[in-house]
Amino acid sequence: MLVVEKNSLTAEIEAMVEKYGNSRSSLLPILQDVQRNHKFVSEFAQQEVARLLDIHPVEVYSVISFYSFLHSKPMGRNIVRLCQTITCDMMGKVNVAKAIERELGISFGETTKDNKFTLEYANCLGMCDQGPAMLVNDKIYPRLTPEKAVEILNEIG
Amino acid sequence: MENKDTQRAPVSQKPHSVDKPADTTTIGGTISIEINNEKHTVPLGTTILDACKMTGIHVPTLCHHDDLCIAGVCRVCMVEVEGMRTLQASCAFPITSPIKIHTSTPMVRKARRHVIDLMLSEHHGECYSCVRNNNCELQSLANEYGVDKYTFGHVEKSRFEIDNSSFSVIRDMDKCVLCKRCVRTCIDLQEVGVLESVDRGDKTHISTFMEKDLADVICINCGQCINRCPTGALHANDPSDDIWNAIDDPKKHVVIQTAPSPRAAIGEEFGLEAGHSMTQELNTALRRIGFNAVFDTNFTADLTIIEEGTELIIRLFKALVEKDETVALPQFTSCSPGWVKYLEHYYPEYVDNLSSAKSPQQMFGALIKTFYAEKAGIDPKDMISVAVMPCSAKKFECNRPEMADSGYQDVDYGLTTRELAKMIKEAGINLPEMPKTHFDNPFGDASGAGLIFGATGGVMEAAIRTIVEFVLGKKAEDVFEKANVIPVRGFEGVKYYEIPLGDQFGPVPALIQHLVPNWDWLAGATLKVAVAHGTANAKKIMEDIKAGGKFSECHFIEFMACPGGCLGGGGQPIPTNEEIRKKRAQAIYAEDESLELRKSHDNPHVVKLYEEYLTEGPCGHLSHKLLHTHYTKRGKYIA
Ligand code: SF4
Ligand code: SF4
Ligand code: FES
Ligand code: FES
Repeated sequence: MLVVEKNSLTAEIEAMVEKYGNSRSSLLPILQDVQRNHKFVSEFAQQEVARLLDIHPVEVYSVISFYSFLHSKPMGRNIVRLCQTITCDMMGKVNVAKAIERELGISFGETTKDNKFTLEYANCLGMCDQGPAMLVNDKIYPRLTPEKAVEILNEIG
Repeated sequence: MENKDTQRAPVSQKPHSVDKPADTTTIGGTISIEINNEKHTVPLGTTILDACKMTGIHVPTLCHHDDLCIAGVCRVCMVEVEGMRTLQASCAFPITSPIKIHTSTPMVRKARRHVIDLMLSEHHGECYSCVRNNNCELQSLANEYGVDKYTFGHVEKSRFEIDNSSFSVIRDMDKCVLCKRCVRTCIDLQEVGVLESVDRGDKTHISTFMEKDLADVICINCGQCINRCPTGALHANDPSDDIWNAIDDPKKHVVIQTAPSPRAAIGEEFGLEAGHSMTQELNTALRRIGFNAVFDTNFTADLTIIEEGTELIIRLFKALVEKDETVALPQFTSCSPGWVKYLEHYYPEYVDNLSSAKSPQQMFGALIKTFYAEKAGIDPKDMISVAVMPCSAKKFECNRPEMADSGYQDVDYGLTTRELAKMIKEAGINLPEMPKTHFDNPFGDASGAGLIFGATGGVMEAAIRTIVEFVLGKKAEDVFEKANVIPVRGFEGVKYYEIPLGDQFGPVPALIQHLVPNWDWLAGATLKVAVAHGTANAKKIMEDIKAGGKFSECHFIEFMACPGGCLGGGGQPIPTNEEIRKKRAQAIYAEDESLELRKSHDNPHVVKLYEEYLTEGPCGHLSHKLLHTHYTKRGKYIA
């Protein structure tokens, strides 16, 4: 990483620490902000967070690894999460999943070559009455069919 | 920015705090409970586990360790508390009301058995080929609860690669039972923070930052995690096969040095109570195994005192008389390689404060392949030099690239107490039955001052005995009763001690006469020293120094990475706990008192070494080449 990039990342995290405070309990909101801005929390960012909160880098990594919505490795620009829990499963998740995999040319857990999409499974998204459901970045798409899912992905720029 | 959050350990890992009266004699200080229908009175706030212990009832545990904060994660210690819907983890339950406890109901037994079965279902590894065979807490639990089949199946395939990147600690996570003792050891007890649990649910495992190799993160190799792991998941990097090969090779001259702490503890591996020194029995055993010469690390501990003490005097002289402001004070001891690496990572700006004197192990290594090789007429390239240490960091230390001043790797292998015990057993020797024999010449038996290096405060005490005699010209016995410097002894985390020097000085001893003209410049001065053991305590002193507090005014500070000092080292017999550390310390101090020779500068072999070999005296040219070293500013960024 370039030194300039490092410094601006440090400044960014410092501002977050300023905003949320430097106690242990600020760890999650800070990580969420870094995740939002960069789509992942890099090794460098994790160590800067650790330094500023006076905890150990491995503790930061431990928290990131615990939460599905925090990532320590680079992700695609758009993160597609298809619900894998019972209700959605019964409503036809499997066919939607196949259609998405075919359309993007990747399996779950992978990222497209052009870095546009990362595909993942999620657990219940709280849309059980309108399954199958998927989440693209922050937006929820209920009542999917294989065709509809493909259409939604194609619309994303 | 000021950090308000001083409770660094995760709140979930702190014991419940209970408001209780200072002493149990006041009203409300104790509470009446019933355990298995028997009435007992215990201090308020006692955990159920401790209450059971007090009353002689055994409750099995796994994640609980006396040195560590409460975790309550394994659930092996469950008991029934009347009126409560679920079973309670006795280790994490402070008693605050008059409860009725049952420790062996069908429900309790069944639940415990299930917990053990579940752990076994995820435990991949075979007892016969495990270092912890016969000393494994999981194995004993399975035995205690009569496990005769895998109720919930058993993992057939390995799930994790073994991490053997480190010179010191090997991680075999297939055997991990997720008790998190290592996590608590590294984060809370040592404040190094290498290990944490990673991922969630059935994927949970203990790992390092970004799953890196242990050698690539900030591990100080103290091995304290090994000593607290209940299973074989963490163990030391064992060189005994290579050592056997060297012994079996007739062309190799294999020498061994033994440090004081392994000698005070190795009896435990042979079924003796803690607190029996086996120094001279061990000499015999080592010769029978086939080592060609057996040396006493205390000899170079004595040498360390002379070199490090002289270095301190030079630093003080430069700072006080020559007003040299570049001199780094306080001087820090450098015998503990875990501490040295901790400082290099966390306080790299203070590496100049470390004494440049090598640790006793490394001094000996350099002397064996030069001085001894010459005397014995052996080509150093045919020599293998082994060091028996209580320590896993010594394995890393002997592999530091700069530790080759003899022209060869000065010490070839660091061997822990546990590993040596295994070799002795393999040779069919029952150590306690061995006749007593002395160490080999030209180094012979060393002083009691070198011996007490094994306990926290020991280096400081040894240094004080010598400094007092050198500077005041009095007998140490006239200043301290029996030359025992009690204020620097004991297991208090941080110790601080002042010695007013007054204005009555002796002549400068011949050994260092070329370095200082007289002692008058010390008139009215007070020697301030401190001692810390365990890196969490070291951190306290370092933070105080950074803030310009009282420790920054000290002249000399002893730091040991392990709780209790070397006797509680990461290579010592398992278990190691407070009680055992105390007994090992008693053994060491008792042996010291039993010796005639109790001061490093009185050691005739040390005196002779300066006369014959290191003729420019302490901190002279050859000393610097062989006995001193330099350090690396490592920093804490993990690349
Ligand atoms: S050896 Fe010491 S520093 Fe390294 S992981 Fe174990 S406890 Fe932590
Ligand atoms: S490695 Fe050992 S101490 Fe650490 S969690 Fe696993 S079993 Fe417990
Ligand atoms: S099961 Fe899919 S949203 Fe709840
Ligand atoms: S020993 Fe009590 S929960 Fe592990």
